Amino acid sequence: MDKMTQLLKLLENTDTIEINDFRMDFDELEIQLMPAVQRMVQQVAQKQAVIAKEATPTIEPFAPPVHDYPGEVAEVQLGAGTRKPVFLGGQKALYRFEEAQPNAPVVTFDVFDIPMPGLPKPIREHFEDVMEHPGEWAKKAVKDYGANMITIHLIGTGPKVMDKTPRQAAQDIEEVLQAVKVPLVIGGSGDPIKDPIVLEAAAAAAEGERCLLASANLDLDYRKVAKAAIDYNHAVLSWAITDINMQKTLNKYLMKEGLTQKDIVMDPTTCALGYGVEFSIDVITRTRLAALKGDKDLQMPMSSGTTNAWGSREAWMKKDEWGPTAYRGPIWEIITGLTMMLCGVDIFMMLHPSSVQMLKEIGNTFTRDYLTTDVPDITNWITELE
Amino acid sequence: MAFATKLSDKETDLELCTQLAADEMEKLENLLAPAVREITIGKGEKAMILGGDEVLYRYELTYYNPTPLVIDVNDNMDEEALNERIKIIEATEFERTGEKLVLDGVAVRNVSGNKDKFAETALKLKSSKLPLVLCSLDPEAIKAALEKVGSEKPLLYAATENNIEDMASLAIEYDCPLTLFVPNDLEKMKELSRILRSKGIKDIVLDPGTYVDEGIGDTLDNFVMIRRLSIEEKDEDFRFPILGIPALTWLYEKDEVQGGIKEATIAATLMNKYADMLIIHGTNIWELIPVLTLRQSIFTDPRKPQMVDPGLYEFGELDENSPVLMTTNFALTYYTVEGDLKSGKANCYLLVLDTEGRAVDVSLAGGQQSGKSVADLIKESGIEDKVKTRTLIIPGLSAPLSGEIEDESGWEVLVGPRDSSAVSDFFIKLKEKENAK
Repeated sequence: MDKMTQLLKLLENTDTIEINDFRMDFDELEIQLMPAVQRMVQQVAQKQAVIAKEATPTIEPFAPPVHDYPGEVAEVQLGAGTRKPVFLGGQKALYRFEEAQPNAPVVTFDVFDIPMPGLPKPIREHFEDVMEHPGEWAKKAVKDYGANMITIHLIGTGPKVMDKTPRQAAQDIEEVLQAVKVPLVIGGSGDPIKDPIVLEAAAAAAEGERCLLASANLDLDYRKVAKAAIDYNHAVLSWAITDINMQKTLNKYLMKEGLTQKDIVMDPTTCALGYGVEFSIDVITRTRLAALKGDKDLQMPMSSGTTNAWGSREAWMKKDEWGPTAYRGPIWEIITGLTMMLCGVDIFMMLHPSSVQMLKEIGNTFTRDYLTTDVPDITNWITELE
Repeated sequence: MAFATKLSDKETDLELCTQLAADEMEKLENLLAPAVREITIGKGEKAMILGGDEVLYRYELTYYNPTPLVIDVNDNMDEEALNERIKIIEATEFERTGEKLVLDGVAVRNVSGNKDKFAETALKLKSSKLPLVLCSLDPEAIKAALEKVGSEKPLLYAATENNIEDMASLAIEYDCPLTLFVPNDLEKMKELSRILRSKGIKDIVLDPGTYVDEGIGDTLDNFVMIRRLSIEEKDEDFRFPILGIPALTWLYEKDEVQGGIKEATIAATLMNKYADMLIIHGTNIWELIPVLTLRQSIFTDPRKPQMVDPGLYEFGELDENSPVLMTTNFALTYYTVEGDLKSGKANCYLLVLDTEGRAVDVSLAGGQQSGKSVADLIKESGIEDKVKTRTLIIPGLSAPLSGEIEDESGWEVLVGPRDSSAVSDFFIKLKEKENAK
């Protein structure tokens, strides 16, 4: 046990803290308490009431530990016009046993405007025949693999990729809009100068279809992205790099531009399994708890770039002693996404059909109520297992 | 005071203090007890520890005791099959960021229905290097096994509504931790937990049932509720570690690949939400690597920055013409590079830049990695006395800094590969180029 834990232990049984011979000089003072310390202090404050209760040691029956949450997550609609809408967020509680969850997690399949030779083999083999045409690619993802949504990444607009013009980007968007009826996420190439211009052209081409423009961040002209969303009725993906304060700031800026909570989805950044997933766990958990506690700047649904998992060498690198990438890759993507889902993420950008299926199977249980599912009798698992 | 500090650092044991009266002892024990009881299965070298958590979310403090992964065997296996499986379990190892990730225990299932067969199998496992879980709902079978391996302090699985009295007596007689198995009924679980506690049993593990299909939602709810009750409500009946059993996947899934993917998924789900121990059936390395990696990630201490000491590191046989590489001191980055250099049998110097534990791309954006900081590292590391070349190979992602580094340090910069797994090839090409000159 370390010093912090020791301190917490000691505080646990303390009612008051007295500090002697103490002097502090300052102009401005900011105190940041670790959350566990804060809670401990609250507990100490509540102690008197508890002591009174403890006087009668009756055996209390089991009661589900349900919390009251002053805040709730905004519900964001994606898809309008010719699209069948999908809804994200809307949670009033952290878990389904506290309050029914209104919307199941949603998966959006990654599709690219160029054939993407760099995609790992386990994914290529599912889409090889359609990679020349984003429309066909999108159609296959929806028809064969049940995609709720499609993300069209306009990678080809990158100045160092193919330097496609915003006009060409708009044509690609039109192709995909024609091909499928699900809502779209529209992504740029990651070039901070060109992305806002490309997204603006794409937004105009998809006017009224309520797509998610990905993304607005502090490194580019987010005002232009926000304006395009407002002008042509779209939502905006607000992307911060595992930093809850950066996320707050960006959301505030976007709302100043005229967007509301119902027009924003947050991407707090998904670090892949083994490559910092624990940082994402912390940030996403804190963000969702802040939303339920009532922080208006963080009450939007969250998105995960689960595809990042494929960048991990355990997912793609050929290495016999690790087994086939055909199995490792999908599991890496599933566990990365699933971990984010269990922290509260609402929408997942993914690549592999079987990863998507597995994630959805678990995600779909989120909207059911506790103890309403027919479960098998597992009493004799010890002997029934092979 | 020194003793007290050691005590709370878990470096010494309360029992070593002879001056305490019994009630004082209990008071102090309670003071030091974590919200979730810490339980040891096995003894000495052959032990695994589970539980011990204090918080619901890792960012609040840290999680303690990485979830032991236990693999099942059964008493219908012939000697050869059993030995083979034990060998696989003991040999499974995955090295990641300088840490060897391994499996922790063996669970033997009484499939035969024969108590002697069960006891025999348990006895055979006594020679393995791993702690044991004895799985049978038949108290007679558990008793027979305990007669052979009771001194090993195995975990007993399980007490249920139907056998609780007998199982409790065995747990007390042999002083072994006991699992309470009550599928999907926390009300009943609380009732039975209280019965066990009233008998003075302290080491209890809770199994609220693992449902792997649509019931996974109920399983998650049960796990979360148990943990909330223990940490937030200090509900004494639930202040115990939780056992998850992803192995149940194989009741419904017979395909090795589909089953492996599903089992890893269930294991990850439960580990994310408070499972303190898992029983797994599949032993394919591609299934275990992701689960072992998730465990390593979740249980890193968020209060400790993940970094290594900056400075000069040496690999292989070196001379004044050896190449010089650079990377950052983010632990994950460093160990990845180190692993590649070692497996590629590289002979080179590696300069590790202090980026306050940030990765290459992040420190580039954050300004910790700059022409100036790299130049300072070159000067301070003394590398200029060790090699006569003045060429620095930087990570592919650091390419935008090349000019700045050259200006500040006076060294020539070569942009290396984006992923250090390509360093071996890079060296070969470099040699070819030199030879061509």
